[in-house]
Amino acid sequence: MKYLHNIGAYFIMIKDVFRKPTKWSVMKPLILKDIDDLIIGSLGIVAFIAFFVGGVVAIQTSLNISDPLIPKYLVGFATRQSIILEFAPTFISIIMAGKVGSFITSSIGTMRVTEQIDALEVMGINAINYLVFPKFIALTLYPFVISIAMFLGVLGGMAACVYGGYGTLEDYIQGIQTDFIPFHIYYAFFKTLVFAFVLATIPSFYGYFMKGGALEVGKASTTSFVWTSVVIILLNFLLTSLLLG
Amino acid sequence: MIEVKDLHKSFGDTHILKGISTSFEKGKTNLIIGQSGSGKTVFLKCLLGLFDYEGGSISYDGKVFSLLSTDEKRELRSEIGMVFQGSALFDSMTIAENVMFPLRMFTKQSKSEMEERVDVVLNRVNLSDAHYKMPSEASGGMQKRVAIARAIVNNPKYLFCDEPNSGLDPKTAIVIDNLIQEITDEFNITTVINSHDMNSVMEIGEKIVFLKDGLKAWEGSKDTIFKTDNEVVTDFVYSSELFKKVRKMYLEENE
Ligand SMILES: Nc1ncnc2c1ncn2[C@@H]1O[C@H](COP(=O)(O)OP(=O)(O)OP(=O)(O)O)[C@@H](O)[C@H]1O
Ligand SMILES: [Mg+2]
Repeated sequence: MKYLHNIGAYFIMIKDVFRKPTKWSVMKPLILKDIDDLIIGSLGIVAFIAFFVGGVVAIQTSLNISDPLIPKYLVGFATRQSIILEFAPTFISIIMAGKVGSFITSSIGTMRVTEQIDALEVMGINAINYLVFPKFIALTLYPFVISIAMFLGVLGGMAACVYGGYGTLEDYIQGIQTDFIPFHIYYAFFKTLVFAFVLATIPSFYGYFMKGGALEVGKASTTSFVWTSVVIILLNFLLTSLLLG
Repeated sequence: MIEVKDLHKSFGDTHILKGISTSFEKGKTNLIIGQSGSGKTVFLKCLLGLFDYEGGSISYDGKVFSLLSTDEKRELRSEIGMVFQGSALFDSMTIAENVMFPLRMFTKQSKSEMEERVDVVLNRVNLSDAHYKMPSEASGGMQKRVAIARAIVNNPKYLFCDEPNSGLDPKTAIVIDNLIQEITDEFNITTVINSHDMNSVMEIGEKIVFLKDGLKAWEGSKDTIFKTDNEVVTDFVYSSELFKKVRKMYLEENE
């Protein structure tokens, strides 16, 4: 019952994100600030993780190929596929659910407990639009974060492969050019956009509708992380079965 | 004028407001007084539509609040100024930006016009040199005054203040009381103030509603509160020795 209620409230909130928009002159600085906080602020950690996980994927692939009949370029190929299809769009999104998601929930939740949201509402402002819309717009830039993750992941794989002595540069480059299917890129970026929407809205929902005091802000962030991840994993399964299955 | 009829509000099983009817006139400072926990804040939040209530009705100059559409409610609210008990300043903005916020939202003024207006209002609350502080760097009393400045900056038609001078020293408290009184007269505002500060009651209580246990126990003005025999009121208002003496003197003088 509670879940159904939450799902209903979530979709009503989504509708309100796009109703009675806040004046552009007020909205613009909010969007720029959220781009800075949510997108620019995440680049460092995403780049770091992508590069090193790309390296690990390449090393493990090459260690698992002992059969001399399997061509050497397979390392590059497998690394590229797993990074572009799964690692960058899905797993980086789970990490972002922790980083960006808990930031969104706690900042909106704090505004709720200190009555700042009531203050907005009392002035006649659509607080949901004011708070969530800039995050939604900022996260439309999320595919750029993911493309950087893809690039650095493949690069990390190459570095690990070549400098670790698991294969030659030529083999790796041949591998990442093998059987390139453009549809996989569309699929990956379509997923990314869906996840961006989830990342902007579910944490906002848990912040906006939280009740209680400072202690509950922490709890709300945790709940928000759990549900954002669950929804991302489920949608990933659904989209993959629909688009690739 | 704001009219309240038979207002009921509960949280779960606890009945907080048990049927309150009263009215607040335009151009007057209306005070709601009562003990801590008597439901003043809950009452004010019901008036503003921040809390849903189970029974009764609230109307603003004839418009029944619960019958308005969301957009009509927002329209009405853009004419409301509210000072929250905890100030509720936006902590990502400086003090000047907080005060400027309603102007940026609801007027087409140029930046310099808005800055001028912010200066005027901050001056009136004795905060002419705090423009660039963040709310977290201001004292509790300063935050309160910023909240008052933010509430009045856009000349509201209705002004609600939840304990505007709690946390202020007696001198600043009187400055704030007088300010509220002045702008109420000047712009013919309907002002509703929650308070348990007896000074304010005596200074600006043009209409006083006394709440106790979720009911309206008494209603009157600063002139009639001295004379009333209602024990609940005298018990609350004259709980301090000072006010007992003041009342005695007043009654003797007016024999
Ligand atoms: N959100 C809430 N949920 C549950 N109970 C609440 C809530 N807000 C207020 N109450 C209860 O309502 C009663 C009245 O509270 P209210 O805040 O209106 O008191 P008050 O008259 O404003 O007191 P004070 O002078 O201390 O500010 C209290 O018993 C309080 O516990
Ligand atoms: Mg209160």
